[in-house]
Amino acid sequence: MFRSKALSLLKLIPLMSGQSNLAYKFTHPVTACHGHRCHRSVIYKQWYRTCPHSAGRRTISAGTKVMAQGELPGVLILDIGGTHGVLEDLAALLRKHFHLITMKEFLGNKEEMRKKIQSVFVFECRPTIDRELLESLPNLKVIGNSGVGVDHLDLKMISSFGVKVTNTPNAVADPTADIGMALMLASARRLVEGCQIAVSPDTKYFAVDWLGVEVTRATLGIIGMGSIGYKVAQRARAFNMRILYHNRNRRRKEEEEAVGAHYCAKMEDLLQQSDFVMLVVNLTPETHKLIGKKELGLMKPTATLINISRGAVIDQDALVEALRNKVIRAAALDVTYPEPLPRDHPLLNLNNVIITPHIGTATVQAIHMMAEEAIANILAVLNDQPIPSEVFPK
Amino acid sequence: MIMEGGELPWLLVNEIGGIRGILHSHVPFLKKHFHLITMKEFLENRKDVGKKVQAIYLWWHKPVIDKELLQSLPNLKVIANSGVGMDHLDLKLVASFGVKMANAPRAVSSSTADTGMALLLASARRLVEVHNISISQSMEYCEADILGVKVTGATLGIVGMGSIGYKIALRAKAFEMNILYHNRTRRKVQEEQAVGATYCKTIDSLLQQADFVMLVVSLTPQTHKLIGKRELELMKPTATLINISRGAVVDQEALVAALQSGVIGAAALDVTSPEPLPRDHPLLKLKNVIITPHLGIKTDKATYMITEEAVENILAALNGLPLPSEVLPS
Repeated sequence: MFRSKALSLLKLIPLMSGQSNLAYKFTHPVTACHGHRCHRSVIYKQWYRTCPHSAGRRTISAGTKVMAQGELPGVLILDIGGTHGVLEDLAALLRKHFHLITMKEFLGNKEEMRKKIQSVFVFECRPTIDRELLESLPNLKVIGNSGVGVDHLDLKMISSFGVKVTNTPNAVADPTADIGMALMLASARRLVEGCQIAVSPDTKYFAVDWLGVEVTRATLGIIGMGSIGYKVAQRARAFNMRILYHNRNRRRKEEEEAVGAHYCAKMEDLLQQSDFVMLVVNLTPETHKLIGKKELGLMKPTATLINISRGAVIDQDALVEALRNKVIRAAALDVTYPEPLPRDHPLLNLNNVIITPHIGTATVQAIHMMAEEAIANILAVLNDQPIPSEVFPK
Repeated sequence: MIMEGGELPWLLVNEIGGIRGILHSHVPFLKKHFHLITMKEFLENRKDVGKKVQAIYLWWHKPVIDKELLQSLPNLKVIANSGVGMDHLDLKLVASFGVKMANAPRAVSSSTADTGMALLLASARRLVEVHNISISQSMEYCEADILGVKVTGATLGIVGMGSIGYKIALRAKAFEMNILYHNRTRRKVQEEQAVGATYCKTIDSLLQQADFVMLVVSLTPQTHKLIGKRELELMKPTATLINISRGAVVDQEALVAALQSGVIGAAALDVTSPEPLPRDHPLLKLKNVIITPHLGIKTDKATYMITEEAVENILAALNGLPLPSEVLPS
């Protein structure tokens, strides 16, 4: 989620000068991050591997304090409040365990501050972690990311400084699966359009031939069956949906049977049979523009595309064309590239599109859980304990 | 079934097509079984047409069934309703003419349950608000404008646990919601356990604990204004009221006051009284309210199933067989 006021968000972030307005350059070590919220959908295995010694869920508790001398370890954050800073109550949470240092304080007093910073709390992709920053923090041990997606971090470069990276896979899964279901239901039943009709000053009656499409017993194709994809399947099953899925690896038979999901080795098969296609993959070079003109053409003309992964997983121009020409029925996007879209972007004017501002984890409870999970990870690193969710470069 | 003389039985409908009429896509199916007659054709030739009408298919509560109409249809055997709610019919009056009535409970339940879940999720995650922000030219908003509340693990209180209420419970269970319900009669233990629902003998207890209160009752004299000032005040200030039953189940004025003063957090209404609301109604202006145009069963599949269910009931009545879903006056 982004919180900029008006169009000033579209200005490039100062540290990112030189990056184009287009989406991600995967061969370039530093990926563009124009203010989008980097809360990812799936624990992915391609770009990094989870540490074999990872302690998993057991050690998620932010109870341990550090620093024998009685001083709390320093954590660097971008800012508190304002457009891009951490929320006030998150800052309070952080202060329980850390000496909070904002970028402004750090830059204003580098000599004194640099040695104190042992960790960075990255919230909505900020602060940007580049070589210059890493070189100026000699005691940095860990970057604790709030969210599961780390496509905004150059894992190889960070690792070369001996700094660990952690994410928050547990806190994101439920709310993101919920948003996937919310978008599917809202799109199918034309909820947003319906609300507009219900409140419009011109409405005199509710037409009875104004219809949506059925969700119960329809076919849902889930592309990306990690934690979040699986939770979507669990929810969709309760709507008696027929569930197909496509994933790099097939799930165990018992897992498939528990949600009634059928594996499609070929994504094309899934696309051709689904009434709803939900993208729940992480963004990698392999999933960049995974859904393009060809894939949209394979979908049913009555089908809906739902994206809760990353904007760049879809070829956006191809999507606009497909929606305009009724190649598919509708789309519901919690993510786009960039975020937000330019105000004159065609996606904003199509009435068969729902766009939400990357709210996958935008609940009061999820924001707190992510912060707590990040704090627990950071403290585990600083205390040399098993790390719940460390991420490694491939 | 064919009548004597090889003619199909005459079925009276209000109108065909347009904003209110029988869907064009249903007409071929209806014409397979019936000779279709519209109200307009009937009114042009009351005497001759009136004698032949054996059945009425009520589509979105029309035509209005009153004494005059019943008196002018001497051979009327059955009225089939396009939906499950029968509050628009005077059941006693119709029965007094020896006319059977049927509704369409099977066809509506899944679709309506889906609508309930769609509203719950949209309201909790502020979908409509943030979509409007996403597409607006100005894009001015701040943090608080987009944070919603969790659905997974929250408490859902279902008021009215009939077919539709139960299907909602099945769906909510998959979101790991804590499910409470209040109903005239308690469900069987196995049914409760299958969805993990806890019975609340009093509605008060449900209202006090729920994060989301969903109304899934039929409209009867007992449920008229079931939710008023007292009930709203029992709810949590952070709670959301979702109504997919009938507008009149809620005291609308009390609801407006409760939403304006923060007595409850939000409301999501698929039904209001009237529908649509007058354009200057306060509910249309409240930021924490979603109103949808009676989406209930408005899908291609559900509407077709409703017509199929209605036809099934009509044919049973005309053939002297038991009706699949007959409705008797209480």
